[in-house]
Amino acid sequence: MRKALAVGIKEFRQIRRDRRTLMILLFIPVFFLLLYGYALNFDIKHVKLAVEDRDLSPESRRLVSAFVNSGYFDQVASVTIEQEIVDLMDRDHIRAALIIPRGLGRDVRRGVPVSVEVIINGENANTATTVMGYASAVITTESARYQMAAPGSPAPFVQLEPRVWYNPDLRSSLFLVPGLLAYIGMITAVVSTALAVVREKERGTMEQVRMAPIGTLPFIVGKSLPYFVVSMTAAVGVVLASMVLFDLPVRGSWWLLLLAMGLYLFGALAMGLFISTVAESQQVAFQIALLSSFLPTMMLSGFIFPIASMPTVLQIVTYVVPARYFLVALRGVLLKGSGFLAVADSLAALMLFAVIVTSLATIRLRREWA
Amino acid sequence: MTTPAITVTHLTRRFGDFVAVDDVSFDVQQGEIFGFLGANGAGKSTTIRMLCGLLRPTSGTATVGGVDVGRDPEAVKLRIGYMSQKFSLYEALTVDQNIRFFGGVYGLEGERFARRRAFALDMAGLVGREKSLTRELAGGWRQRLALGCAILHEPPIVFLDEPTGGVDPVSRRQFWRLIDHLSQQGTTVLVTTHYLDEAEHCHRIAVMNAGKLAALGTTRELKQVFEGRPIMEVQAPSAVVAMRALDAMPEVEKTSLFGTAVHAVLRSHQTTAERVTRQLLTAGVVATSVMPVEPSLEDVFLDLVERTSA
Ligand SMILES: Nc1ncnc2c1ncn2[C@@H]1O[C@H](COP(=O)(O)OP(=O)(O)OP(=O)(O)O)[C@@H](O)[C@H]1O
Ligand SMILES: [Mg+2]
Repeated sequence: MRKALAVGIKEFRQIRRDRRTLMILLFIPVFFLLLYGYALNFDIKHVKLAVEDRDLSPESRRLVSAFVNSGYFDQVASVTIEQEIVDLMDRDHIRAALIIPRGLGRDVRRGVPVSVEVIINGENANTATTVMGYASAVITTESARYQMAAPGSPAPFVQLEPRVWYNPDLRSSLFLVPGLLAYIGMITAVVSTALAVVREKERGTMEQVRMAPIGTLPFIVGKSLPYFVVSMTAAVGVVLASMVLFDLPVRGSWWLLLLAMGLYLFGALAMGLFISTVAESQQVAFQIALLSSFLPTMMLSGFIFPIASMPTVLQIVTYVVPARYFLVALRGVLLKGSGFLAVADSLAALMLFAVIVTSLATIRLRREWA
Repeated sequence: MTTPAITVTHLTRRFGDFVAVDDVSFDVQQGEIFGFLGANGAGKSTTIRMLCGLLRPTSGTATVGGVDVGRDPEAVKLRIGYMSQKFSLYEALTVDQNIRFFGGVYGLEGERFARRRAFALDMAGLVGREKSLTRELAGGWRQRLALGCAILHEPPIVFLDEPTGGVDPVSRRQFWRLIDHLSQQGTTVLVTTHYLDEAEHCHRIAVMNAGKLAALGTTRELKQVFEGRPIMEVQAPSAVVAMRALDAMPEVEKTSLFGTAVHAVLRSHQTTAERVTRQLLTAGVVATSVMPVEPSLEDVFLDLVERTSA
């Protein structure tokens, strides 16, 4: 292990002198944090809506049609108990739910104010804010119709009682940070490790190192440890910065958070090593890294596009994208305060990915060195 | 005679259908400087990489420092030092950091490391410049530092693959002084080069061509191919015109260009310089000088390459 240490120290020193790598490791995360945190906005239509109508009166049906006719909402489910809403929301089948209380029709006819509950998935704060605006507009319009029918009544008849799940204060950072962490992990780990190893091949230093009596394992450990430390530090840095800048909560335990990040980065580093055993030039390595890890992390993890709304083929592909599991675990630990058992599936998937890819990389490297 | 440091028997390496090294056999004695010559792609590096345990032979065997390379490449690595053809230090690290890294992977520690570090710095002439970045060093220093790093662990056998490529003549001379020194201390050195003047430093030379061993011996032995084939050096205003005229003579076996002069290999000692001059005049070429010269290694090399390629 002293030899692994020698490799590790050398690698650290190289990273420190390599501006481009440092740039990737440190600047890009900050850039994305600011870009997404302040600039990105999504235009939303066809929000998937579940309706729980406990009243089943002409008035309640009018309200539901008002939601659907607004063009902003698509009713995809009718439910009878609230637990169903929880399930649908957790599986990302709906983004919002409308709950109409029993007696709405009677109360409206009598001129008694009533509240209608709208539940919104708050993970993506931008979307949630917009959706809440739509719901409020629909309800205000409906309420005004009844008020005109009964002039002199002071308060609006129908009131919106919004409930935002997962992210009650609707802060976009809460949606952003997990995705950003996934991104940083991929960039730092995959790209830098792949490039670092391939660079040694290109420059011929790899042959020199192979001449030393050092096994594949100490070499791999020494080579990836610095990147693990750096990307772990960057990840923790983003969490801390988000706590300060955006009041990101860490509702679950830090240990669980670090475990999830560690497992994810482990897999990403292995991925980088594997790529380095396939690619002969830095350019090729970079392209493979981009296609195999960076793009899937952005596109197929549920970071930008919800998995539930992807075509089936792509949905299947997402099962081998580690960021998918990482995002579930992170959102769980950060936003929902999930405990170990709740995220154990995702952690296991991350572990499995890491172990499989490490084995592949080691086998390939052994073969190359033999 | 002691056992050879390196024994190579019928060594062959294929890449697909292409035979990069073709049935090569030779021995290298302990303490010998063994030179490897050959055109680009002749198979020198491939041979060295097999001897270092970096590449598996397709067939044949090689024993280095008493260990069979094909059977135990890891054990070989402990006994040898290797400087690859590509430049092989970490340019982003300082001189000292490079030495520490290689010391680390070779498992050198404590007093031994301190001694070898001092040795490498001294050998490279970099004492006092430990903190310089390696990429800022001039070629000669880098090459000497690379050698120092390659032999930090005091291996009895050293492989140097084109160690002096792209280095100025003064640095090359200094580098060869180091090689001579290593050899005097009993280290076996196998070195490849494209500089024929460097080859004169070697105790014995192997010439490779298209994967095959074309010739092997001391410089003097190699020059014996010109036994009974004297070489005439011809200077003329236009070397190309002179060459054409010489090629047309029945006494001339072949010609080659040497700087501004032409070397003509004659078929026998009967042909004198005067006769060549006269013949040239008849052909309309006024030679400024025609005189017999000793064959140089370059003559040998060109001759070998031409004959084995034919
Ligand atoms: N890994 C490889 N795969 C396929 N072909 C290879 C491989 N390594 C070397 N070769 C081929 O084997 C031949 C011999 O290469 P080698 O590097 O041994 O030549 P060399 O004598 O060292 O040449 P140079 O003077 O240019 O260094 C070349 O034609 C080269 O293209
Ligand atoms: Mg070569």
